[in-house]
Amino acid sequence: MSASEIPADLLFQSSHEWARIDGDIATIGISDHAQAELTDVVFVELPPIGKKVDAGDPTAVVESVKAASDIYSPLSGEVVEVNPAVEGDPSLANTAPYGDGWIFKIKISKPDQIAGLLTPSAYGALIG
Amino acid sequence: MSENVLHSPLESTHLALGAKLIPFGGWAMPVQYTSILNEHAAVREKVGVFDISHMGQVFVTGENHLAWLDRMLTNNLSKLQPGEGQYTIMLNEKGGVIDDLIAYRISADETLLVINASMIPEDVAWMEQHLEGGVSLRNESDAWAGIAIQGPDAVATFAKLFPNETLPPRNGISKTASGEIVCRTGYTGEDGYEFFCPAAQGIHFFNAFINAGATPCGLGARDTLRLEMCYPLNGNDLSPERTPIEAGLGFFCDLEKPDFIGREVLLAQKQNGPPTKLTAIELTEKGPPPRPHYAVLNAAGETIAELSSGVLSPSLAIGIAMAYLPAANSKIGTPLKIDVRGRQFAAITVKKPFLKSTQSSKKPSA
Repeated sequence: MSASEIPADLLFQSSHEWARIDGDIATIGISDHAQAELTDVVFVELPPIGKKVDAGDPTAVVESVKAASDIYSPLSGEVVEVNPAVEGDPSLANTAPYGDGWIFKIKISKPDQIAGLLTPSAYGALIG
Repeated sequence: MSENVLHSPLESTHLALGAKLIPFGGWAMPVQYTSILNEHAAVREKVGVFDISHMGQVFVTGENHLAWLDRMLTNNLSKLQPGEGQYTIMLNEKGGVIDDLIAYRISADETLLVINASMIPEDVAWMEQHLEGGVSLRNESDAWAGIAIQGPDAVATFAKLFPNETLPPRNGISKTASGEIVCRTGYTGEDGYEFFCPAAQGIHFFNAFINAGATPCGLGARDTLRLEMCYPLNGNDLSPERTPIEAGLGFFCDLEKPDFIGREVLLAQKQNGPPTKLTAIELTEKGPPPRPHYAVLNAAGETIAELSSGVLSPSLAIGIAMAYLPAANSKIGTPLKIDVRGRQFAAITVKKPFLKSTQSSKKPSA
């Protein structure tokens, strides 16, 4: 079994979302490991822009052929952007989970939560 | 219950092929190897191979066995010649479905029943409870491995492995010179056959079919393939509370037979009309995949049913589903809504099956 890709510049949480922090904006998606486990993503349900979320809230839904999976926001904040490309072509979540397959962006309201996310090596150890 | 998971004799091969196993009908079975969508496409376009070792095999023998089976099952076995099979249904006294199965006449005094994995104990207990003199049952479910080979290239695949054998005709059964059972049936809508061999030889034959070009396919693809054909899945689309008339399987119930369990209920329903009908529903807008238990709403926004099955059809790229709708709402072309997490998506009732272009669109056969 080939190892999942885990980019060094991202943070993760145990439910397999990643966050890319850029100032007060966090971009959120699902990890390569998650997409490999789900396989064949056929539908992505995006949150409405302006939605306020707490860390751990189900914020988007990714559906494979067999199951619907909640995507939990790793951080608290307000949804400021969503990815229409992954809504139109859900397979981007499989083919480019860290790139064109990103799901939503939030304006971070509690920056101190960032320290609680998993480092790439901690996430790598988790999915071992 | 959950501790006593049953294992296919092919399990080590599935794991070596990278399959994900899930619980199904009390068994740990592969849901997929690489991708449900790729496995689905392999069956529609070329050929796929499925482990169906979880299904049950019950041999019924004895000089009176045919008359007895015709009282236990809805279809008419006495219309078959040895070597022929038919889809049929076992009912409870209320006319509700215990199991749907295929009965194959092997010879004048022997018939093979291939039954659903989750129902083996219940089916056997029900039959034993009703057993009559001159009839014997042999539950050989543990002794056989089952392999389904399905798709337009399935016949060519058989010829590669068995150059000196001839496949039985549609719905038929035959034995190879080496003793394996070959049934020209399936659960995908494509041509193909279901192959039964001693459990210890299952891995050998499964690999042989793969080496002959068949793509290993799991239960995920099996579900999308069968639902595109509107073949019911017992436990989802069939239940002890619903009759085969409601399920749209009246074709497989011979009400002219003088007597079978559940007949009076079916007769009355046929006369008065069934209260509900298992109806094919297609989403008319792009949306999330419909799934079992999602609510079905009528045009007025009232909840009238829940989905019994639902998937995003890989062949049609649209959500497809079935539900027991009140008869008044089941006419083809009735607009409906499907509720998905509080959002409603437009849908419409359509003619069965969803997929009309495969080689066999007439009837379920497994």
